[in-house]
Amino acid sequence: MMFIRVAGMAGALAALFVAGSASAQGAKPTDPQIAHIAYTAGQIDIEAAEQALKKSKNKEVVGFAKDMVRDHKAVNEKALSLVKKLKVTPEDNDTSKSLSQQAAQKRAELAKLNGDAFDKAYVTNEVAYHKTVNGALENTLIPSATNPELKDLLSTGLKIFQGHEQHAEQVAADLK
Amino acid sequence: MRRALAGPTVGALLLALAAGSARAEVIEIKAEKLVFAPAQVSAHVGDTIVWVNADFVAHTATARNGAWDVMLPPNAKKHFVLKSAGTLDYYCKLHPNMIGKITVAE
Repeated sequence: MMFIRVAGMAGALAALFVAGSASAQGAKPTDPQIAHIAYTAGQIDIEAAEQALKKSKNKEVVGFAKDMVRDHKAVNEKALSLVKKLKVTPEDNDTSKSLSQQAAQKRAELAKLNGDAFDKAYVTNEVAYHKTVNGALENTLIPSATNPELKDLLSTGLKIFQGHEQHAEQVAADLK
Repeated sequence: MRRALAGPTVGALLLALAAGSARAEVIEIKAEKLVFAPAQVSAHVGDTIVWVNADFVAHTATARNGAWDVMLPPNAKKHFVLKSAGTLDYYCKLHPNMIGKITVAE
């Protein structure tokens, strides 16, 4: 089950690749689309963390969720002020839409779980989700970004999220 | 009482302080773009580490052996005196991909 869900999320981001390779080079995501995808991906993790803060009683899981809310809010605030400065309007796109749909499904699945089962499912998904987003940032979003400031923020974001991935792996190991 | 304070003990203390301050160094370690720089530092007991967080997210400087755990909010600057010798590996609890090492000599 977990693999299917993870594959779904990865599929949404992989759609970027397919779109890019199937058509001309100009079909790679534009800066307004990249900004929208990155913001959406952050927002999804904030919502996942907020769900965990409501449901979890595990001190380590709650601490991790608080870290996710704080960091992703900080990154998204930076992103918002950057697009404002650059006069870029983030543009909704199929990747963002798929990500949001997959996330809504995930939240509904996690809503049915409680206690240890919820904690494990949330943290396992956090590992997988950050892995997927980091892969998309590294392989597609950062190379496609044309504005240097956007590229720079995405690169810092990638390092922050790679930290989250390792942090989530530690929490997952502690839950076993 | 005054006499006792002005006696040789105070003189010895002052000497010790003077010697200490002449030797003690202040070493800055900056967390910037998720990297501790310099990542490897050699210091002596009594030296001060100044942690500077130049990032817009919080970090920690946490010794793996549990000796210390310094919270570094965004744009924070924290001072920390090295009190014992040894090699200390540390990391950021929030972003464990950030690592560093301080070697402290007597």
